Formats: sequence, C-alpha cells, structure tokens
Amino acid sequence: MTQNGWGQIALFCVIVLLLVRPLGGFLTRLYSGERTLLHPALAPVERGFYRLAGVRPEQDQSWLAYALAMLAFNLVGFLVVYAALRLQGALPLNPQGLAGLAPDLALNTAVSFVTNTNWQSYGGEATMSYGSQMWALTVQNFLSAATGMAVALAFVRGFARRSVQGVGNFWTDLTRSTLYVLLPACVVLALVYVALGVPQTLSSYVTAKTLEGADQTIALGPVASQLAIKMLGTNGGGFFNANSAHPFENPSALVNLIQMVSIFAIGAALTNVFGRIVGDERQGWAILGAMGALFLVGVGLVYWAEASGNPIHVALGLDPAGGAMEGKEVRFGVALSALFAVITTAASCGAVNAMHDSFSALGGLIPMINMQLGEVVIGGVGAGLYGVLLFAIVAVFVAGLMVGRTPEYVGKKIEAREVKLTMLALLCSPAATLIAVAVAAVSPLGLAGLQESGPHGFSEMLYATTSAAANNGSAFGGLTANSMFWNVTLAIGMMVGRFALIVPMLAVAGSLGGKKRLPPSSGAFPTDGGLFAGLLIGVILIVGGLTYFPALTLGPVADAFATAAGRTY
Amino acid sequence: MSEKSASLLDPALIGPALGAAFRKLDPRELIRNPVMFAVEVVALVATILFVRDLAFGLDAAFSGQLAAWLWLTVYFATFSEAVAEGRGKAQADALRRTRSETLAKRLVGDCGGYEEIAAPVLRGGDLVLVEPGDLIPGDGEVVEGVATVDESAITGESAPVIRESGGDRSAVTGGTKVLSDRIKVRITAAAGSSFLDRMIALVEGAERQKTPNEIALTILLAGLSLIFVLATVTIPSFAAYSGGAVPVIVLVALFVTLIPTTIGGLLSAIGIAGMNRLVRFNVLAMSGRAVEAAGDVDVLLLDKTGTITLGNRQASEFLPLEGVRASELADAAQLASLSDETPEGRSIVVLAKETYGLRGREMGPLEPCFIPFSAQTRMSGVDIGARRIRKGAADAVVAHVKALGGEVPAELAGIVERVARAGGTPLVVATDVRILGVVHLKDIVKGGIRERFGELRAMGIRTVMITGDNPMTAAAIAAEAGVDDFLAEATPEAKLALIRKEQEGGKLVAMCGDGTNDAPALAQADVGVAMQTGTVAAREAGNMVDLDSDPTKLIEIVRIGKQLLMTRGALTTFSIANDVAKYFAIVPAMFVALYPPLGALNVMGLSSPQSAILSAIIFNALIIVALVPLALKGVSYTPSSAAALLRRNLLIYGLGGLIAPFVGIKLVDLAVSAAGLA
Repeated sequence: MTQNGWGQIALFCVIVLLLVRPLGGFLTRLYSGERTLLHPALAPVERGFYRLAGVRPEQDQSWLAYALAMLAFNLVGFLVVYAALRLQGALPLNPQGLAGLAPDLALNTAVSFVTNTNWQSYGGEATMSYGSQMWALTVQNFLSAATGMAVALAFVRGFARRSVQGVGNFWTDLTRSTLYVLLPACVVLALVYVALGVPQTLSSYVTAKTLEGADQTIALGPVASQLAIKMLGTNGGGFFNANSAHPFENPSALVNLIQMVSIFAIGAALTNVFGRIVGDERQGWAILGAMGALFLVGVGLVYWAEASGNPIHVALGLDPAGGAMEGKEVRFGVALSALFAVITTAASCGAVNAMHDSFSALGGLIPMINMQLGEVVIGGVGAGLYGVLLFAIVAVFVAGLMVGRTPEYVGKKIEAREVKLTMLALLCSPAATLIAVAVAAVSPLGLAGLQESGPHGFSEMLYATTSAAANNGSAFGGLTANSMFWNVTLAIGMMVGRFALIVPMLAVAGSLGGKKRLPPSSGAFPTDGGLFAGLLIGVILIVGGLTYFPALTLGPVADAFATAAGRTY
Repeated sequence: MSEKSASLLDPALIGPALGAAFRKLDPRELIRNPVMFAVEVVALVATILFVRDLAFGLDAAFSGQLAAWLWLTVYFATFSEAVAEGRGKAQADALRRTRSETLAKRLVGDCGGYEEIAAPVLRGGDLVLVEPGDLIPGDGEVVEGVATVDESAITGESAPVIRESGGDRSAVTGGTKVLSDRIKVRITAAAGSSFLDRMIALVEGAERQKTPNEIALTILLAGLSLIFVLATVTIPSFAAYSGGAVPVIVLVALFVTLIPTTIGGLLSAIGIAGMNRLVRFNVLAMSGRAVEAAGDVDVLLLDKTGTITLGNRQASEFLPLEGVRASELADAAQLASLSDETPEGRSIVVLAKETYGLRGREMGPLEPCFIPFSAQTRMSGVDIGARRIRKGAADAVVAHVKALGGEVPAELAGIVERVARAGGTPLVVATDVRILGVVHLKDIVKGGIRERFGELRAMGIRTVMITGDNPMTAAAIAAEAGVDDFLAEATPEAKLALIRKEQEGGKLVAMCGDGTNDAPALAQADVGVAMQTGTVAAREAGNMVDLDSDPTKLIEIVRIGKQLLMTRGALTTFSIANDVAKYFAIVPAMFVALYPPLGALNVMGLSSPQSAILSAIIFNALIIVALVPLALKGVSYTPSSAAALLRRNLLIYGLGGLIAPFVGIKLVDLAVSAAGLA
C-alpha cells in the first residue's frame, strides 16, 4: 500500500462529499416541484411530454397505483428490448451485420437492463449492433436508473408526509429524473469523455495491421454516450466485453476518476435529499456516515489484500511489493483497481476496471459482501437509499424499543404492517441468491459453466447469483454464463431482486405516508448521530450479512485459508 | 418494587409452573409463538433422528443429547411464561373465592321485598339491596343510601371507604363488603364482564391478547427465522459441491441457534410480567395496548391538588398591617381557628404555636361561641364575650368590617394582592372593626416533585398542571413545582380541548380523573387512568384503573410502560447479537471436514466439532433460563434522555450480546469436554 494509493482514494472521497449538498439541494428542489436552474430551458419540454401522455403532473398516486405504473412501464421496456435484440439482424445501424440474439440470451439481457442490473452474458462488441446498444440498452440505462430514483423519492415521501394516501406521481418522478438529471448530466459527461479520448462514432470496426503483419479488428462505436449513463445511472453494462478495463472505455486515470465519482454522485446525494425532505439534513448525514464507514473498511481490506500479493507466489520467492497484478490494468494499479471494485459493488453499478475473478480470495470476498448486504453502501441510484432505509426500519425496530417507546423513525411509528412488508422485502435478495446457487451447485447444467474447481469455483457461482439478485451486474469472471441454465436462473434472480423488493417497499411508503408524523422529542429514538450510524452498521452486517456466512465460508473464506496454507485446487 | 423481586424464585410458584410449562408444549398453543413452534418441530425431527440412530445401532449419544437440549429449549420458554402467569394466578384465586359465594338480594316490586339469588345470575339494570356484612354482588352504582365499604379485596387497603348515591363516589365494585348502613345498588355490569372478572382475567393472563408492538415483534422474529431457514436449507447443496455432506442433526442445531430463540422464548413472559408489575402497583390496565401507550406518552396532564401539591393549603406566614404586632395577629387567628377542624384551620393553629409559642388554650370559662364557615358568609370565627374575631376571604371580611362601621386600611389591598400573586390564598383576620392582617395560606408543593418533573423532561415528557385556580395563582404554583405548562380555571371542556390539540400535533396524552365530567377527557386521552374511588362513568372511560386512587401514580405508570418496552428491545438486541458467536461455533465445526484450513475460524478453540455444536445448543437453551429473572423484573431503568438510554442499553445488550456468547459457549465447551459428553 502506498501513499499515492491512499491519496487517490482520499481524493475520490473528498470529491464525492463535496458533491453531496449541492446535488442534494438541486434534487430536492426538483422533486418538490420547485424551479431549478434548468427549468427555463426544460420546463416547456416537460409540460409537452405530460400533454402528450395525458398525465396530470401534480396528481398524487396511491402506493398501489404508483407500483402498478412502475411495473407496467418496466414491462413495456422489457418487451421493447427483447424484441429489439431478437430482431437485431433486421434492424438498422448494424454495420457488422450481427445476428439477432437467442431467446434465452435476449431474455436475460432484456431483464438485466430493465432491472438496472446490466449483467452481461454476452460480449458487447461481438454481439450487439450499434443500434441495439443505443435504442435498446442505452435507453434502458436511463429509464431503469430513473425508475430507481422515482421509487426512492416515493419512499422518502412516505416518511415526510403526514396522514395522506399518495406517495407522488410515478410519471412525474420518472420524467423529472430523466429530463432534468440524467440527460443533461450525461450530455456533459459524454462530451468530456470524447474530449478525453473515448470514441463516439457510428462507423464500422477498423482493421489494423499489427507489427507482425497480422490483421487486427479494432472495435469502435458510440461509446462515450453509453459510458456516461452507464456510470451515472449505476448500470455498469460495458460497451465492450472488457468493460472499463478496455482502453477505449477508460482511457486515462482522469476518465477513471470521473467514472468513479459519477457512480457515487447521485446515490450519495440522495441521502441528503432524504434528510432535506424529512426536514433534518443530519438524518441524511447519519445514513451517509454508516455507508461511508462500511465503504472505507471495504476499500481498506481489498487494497490490503491485493497489495499483499498472492501468498503462494510470495512463498515461491516473488517480491510482494508489487501486489497481485493478475487481472489488473497496469495503468490503474492495485489501489485504483481495489477502489473501483469496491465502488462498483457497493453501488450496484457493475462496471469493472479489473477482473474480480483474479483478485485474492479476500479481495473478491468484499465485493461479494457489498452486494449481499443489499448494496446499501451508497447503492444503486435510488435503490441504495430505499435499501438502506429498509435496514434503518429494522434497526429502529430492534433497538428502538430500548429507549422505552414503541419504535419510530423520523417521526413515523414502525408497526406490524411496516415490519411485515420490510421483512418481506429483505427476504427477496437472500432467497434469490441462495436458492439459485444451491440449485446450481448440484446441477450439472450449473457446474458446466465453471472455469475453476474447489472453493474458487464456488465463489464464481456465488458471485454470479449474488450479482444478479442484487441487481449489480458485475461479473466475477470465470463463469461462462451464456447458457440456457444460467441465462434463465439469473434472469429470475434479477427480477426477484428488483421488483419483489420494490413492491412491498412502496407498500411500506404508502403505509407510512398515511400515519401521523410525531414531533421530534428528546424521548424519541435519536437517528441523526453516530450512535444510530453504528447501530445501522451492526444491523446491516448481522441481519444482511450473516445469512450468507455459510456460503461465504465455503467460497472465498475457504479459498483464503487454503491459499494461505499453500493449497490449490 | 425491589422487595417483590425476592419472590421471583418462590418455590410455591415454581412448582405449579413446572407442570404448566409441560401443558404449554401443546403445538396448538405453541403455534402462536412462531419461533418456539419452529424449535419444537425441529426438536421432533432431532428426536426421530435419535430414534433412527438407536434403531440402526449408530452412535446415538450426540443426536440424543441434541434432541434433549432442543426439547429443553422449548420447555424453558414455556416455563418462563408459566412462571410469569403463576404470579398472577395466586392473586386471581383469592379474587375468585370472593365472587363465587356471593348471594344477591334482588329487589322485587316497589314495596321493598327481595328475593335471594346467586350473584352470577344478576343482569345489568337489576336493583339489589346490600346490608351490613353483605358482599356487593356485582359492579354497580349506589342509587339510594350511604354506606361504608371495605374494598380491601380489590385494593388491599384495609381502611373502609364511603360510598353514596349521587356525586362522584357512587360506584361500587362486586366482591367488596358493606360494613355499615343499607344501600340500594343498580347493577351495571352483567356477570362475567364485571370489574372483578376482568381483573381475574388480567392477572391470570388468560385472555391475554398480543399487543400491537408484540405482534410487530413476532413478525420480525418470524421473518428473521425465515431468513435463517434459507441460510440453513441451502447448506447441503453447498456441502455437496464441496465434496462432503453435513448431517441433518447439525443443520437442525445451526438453525435453532440462529433463530432468535432468546427473545422468542421470553416474549410473552415479558408482557405478562409488565402487566403484573402494574397490578402490584395496584393499577389495572384494561389492555396491554394501554401499557404500551404509557411508554409512548409525550404529555402528562396532572391535577394540581393531590398530585403536585398536598391536598390542603397550609398557613405559611402571618402578615400584620402597620401598627399591629405579628403575635397579636397570630393570637387572633389562632383563636378564630381553634374549633376549625379543616386542615387549613389546624395549620393556622400549628403555625401560631410554632412561630410565636402560642399554645392552644382552654377557653371553657370564656364561653366562646364559634361561628362556623358557611358558603354565604365565607368567613368563620369566634365570639368571646363581646369580642368578635373573624377570618375569611378578603372581600367578605372587608364587607363585614365596613358593615360594623370600621375602616379598611389602604395597605390591605397590596398585601392581599401580593399573596395571591405568589400563588397563595390570602385570609384576612379582623377583631371587631379592626383589621389585623393577613394569613398567607399556601399550596404546599410535594417534596421531590420538582425533581420528578425534571426526570420526565429528560425523558422527553411534558407535564401540564390542571387546576381550577385563576391563572395568576396557577402560574406561581406551576413555577414552584417546575411543570412545563398549566391549564388554569380548567373546565372539563377545556381539558378535552387541550388533549385534542396535543393529539393533533401527533402527541400521546396521559391523564387521570375521577368525576363523571372527566369521562370524555379520559376516553379521549391515550392513557386515561380512572381512580377507583371515581364514578362508574369515569372507570368505564379510562383504560386503566388505579385502585389506590393516587394520581401521582401516572408517573409510575409511564415508567412501567417504558420498562416493558425496553425489556423487549434489550432482549431482542441481545438475541440477535448472539448469532455472531453461534456462527463462529457451528460453521467451522460443520465445514472443517470439507476444508481443514477452516479450523482457523474456530476462534473460541472449542475442543471438537461435536462439542462445539452441543455447546452452542446448550448455551442457547440455558441463556433463556438465565434471562427469566430479567424478563420478569424488567431491565433497570433510570430516567434519562433517549440518547443516553440508547447508548447505555446498546452497550450492555448489543455489545454484551455480541461478546457474552463467546465466553458462554467456551465455558460450556470446557464443561462438556471435561464431562466427556462429546
């Protein structure tokens, strides 16, 4: 570990922290229906959309109407992507003449992009036409992110409102998220990426002569535009198979930094939005503090694990000073690869700039735990906030009684209905992950895709099912996932992990919104300080993490001890 | 309440509880507690495995021990509930005896004839005659007569109380005994739903409904159990991949240690014990919901008289007019009060004696003529010969002096005003036409009450004093007592409006009252404590009844409510935090055969995989028994802010819950391996 490495990690954290309040303020004004800087230019467009769709923007929906609108919208999105991918061969903007996708791969990919997962069972440059990348995948990158933000806002309103039935209007939230936040930011980011050397073209792939005289095909395409939303919307689906390890998708340390910051920017700012909307910014900071502590511990562990080198190599006499460089870009080195890996798994992004399969056992364990905790460390845009708020409800309920009052969070009593729905939501992800990996581990179809045997092979499967159910989308690598078994299994995991969680969660919002809001009192459970942040961390680790303890023990933990003992499989 | 804790392990209670706990193992009853039901199912599975091992001649020692400890886990849970119930049962039995033997004299016709029937046959609306020595056959209202009644069966208070028709003392309770005089009572509650019936049901816990928070907690625990089902049932597949197998009995053990058995086992005992704590405080909660609400209360409405101040005003100072010696004033005031048996009058005599050494004297030879206080004159006094001494309300005495042709000094108004402003009552004393001065009658704020309010404030509870006094007097007393706010010249309507206003702001309000005109406010309040001496209407409207009729208890009720919730939270936190250590005991034991390097996870250094698993299960069972006293007594509670409480309890039950099982399991392991059990 080097000072330079820690310096870069610190620089990243400072930039994200500086963005939290300004971005949080902007988002709060936007979602509260107030005017922002962008309104003079975009308000007429927004109104035009509403008129076109016949939406009354200020009309509140009940949680159920909100959930149905969200589901219907995503169903249509899924069908469009599925059709576009199946019919790719017949559609324009396909200079390489790539064929349509097989049904299972199209299903997996459509679910993946609709659920903001961006699991890729395919390699982008060999499978997807420019057209598919643009109108199928990039469009969903925007809309799935906007869906997450909308749902998070509905949830926050449940806490802030008093004795009302509505949780907001899905169409308004969706439109505002896309039009005022994601689109303008991505236009700017895409231009910056282009200026920094990321390709943006519709011309066909270039064939170059190498020094040895062989032909090499250099894949190109509209990369910058997809890269911008891939990060900002915590989607993570790479234009190229190598994702952000590809020199065209991540040409320099500066682009790498911008990418990392844009993964966290909206997620971190949403904690501030929560604080502002419930009327006490410190509530937001307490949550961000808990997230930040988990994040820093994760980064520290992965950095340490990767910088220590492989014990087997060290035993053979290799100098550990260089760290474990297998699977890492020399341009980024150990520190930035470790940082990127933790960011991308903490935030439900799934972009990678190094191959997680090649990480040390412990280095691969942390990204897995990040996802298994429900991606509540910053998390996906929107998803992270509502995920962590579900844990906050559990934390308040478990420990809140200890102050001698029935539990309440930011002035809302947590009662049987909320507990039931919250537990239901929290059950989804472990169920989807553990059942899928349990089936795969004893099924020849599941085992067929494995590259490694022993505990590392188990890690590959566990990582894949975890990534799907957590809607992360990053791949450990090593697992050949483009098979009927894995495409379908993971598609189910992605759907359960997304929608089976959102629906009960919206029901919680509806139930909370209908309650009175209690005024702050010194007798109430304090949720705006370090004590609560610590409690929240404990609950996230114990309730969220312990479920996976046996599985992790047989995967990365066994792997780590075996490697330390010099044993290979 | 510490003196009661000694009875926790009373053999007279433990004996029946041991048997009752067995009956509670009935799955039909246990299913109400999903966590313990799951343990019972799992214990059954373990027993079947044990029988299989026996039948096939396999090593059955391990599965046999595990099965036994799993059954013990369930039994300890039902035992804790049985102990909690047993403590109420003794009281209920005594109550029930009073009820069954009662005969009622039901009035027939208008001419006073009656028929004797058994009390349980009575219906609402029946008129009964109760004569000296009779037990009152049912709850009702006195419609005719006055009687002294011994209510010790219910209140435990041996001094008899007066019950009379009309007014605020007309309610009588079935099972209490009339000592003197005849009364006619209209029965208001049918048999089975009387106060006594409800009380029996309450203390027995027979009709115990789960409270809202208890239901929510049960759901949380069931949800956690489901998550751990997932964690456990997927293990065989993982193990198969890793080239091995995990015996079912081990999975069963892991599952039971992970699910929150500690809180699951003690949950109902905590609830019953909370109700019993109230009962021992002589407060009956009509529902568990009310006890929980007591913990949530934000605003306490407290009656001034009896709660904040001593019931009576006392003379605190003699304020003579210019030219009058203080001792002269004291002497006159004492003379005027000698035959005044009111507490105010007595306090004047005492003050004069203490400050000026004036002793009460024998006045027989002077042939004094005492003038009692009347509502018309608003004065009292004494005529000794021609000397007429009067004391009374300022305007009354002034009018009296003027009528006799006397002068009223200008400074009097100033003194009277000053006394009133200080929250006191000015009593003007005059001899014939001469006004001597003023006696300052003062509301005496109870000792220590200011500190109590300080504690309540720290707990985030606002206190509001309710008084019929004028705002000026009320403000002075409020300032002296340290309440946060006051409602002066309070009418029942104003009280109700205040409660509504606070509730609209999202606050929970507690109050106590006794009169019929308190009933609407009692019903509106989230916690309404009716006094046992109060009217039927008040008792029906409130959700608690205080048998001692002591309004100060409101503060204790809040405290008991909070303690109940805190105990639940503390044991939940403890239970969940325990899981970390249990994983570290069982997971390495389970997987070490698959990957020997995983032995490094055995951080407790447990002697063998079998011993590790057995130790975790034994610890898991024993911790329930170990925590029974805590569940019954409640966690210790010192009033302080929520932040301070949380810090303290998180440290004890959160961090403690994390660490304790590491130590505990290690100790059990040492014992298990020393005894050669595994």
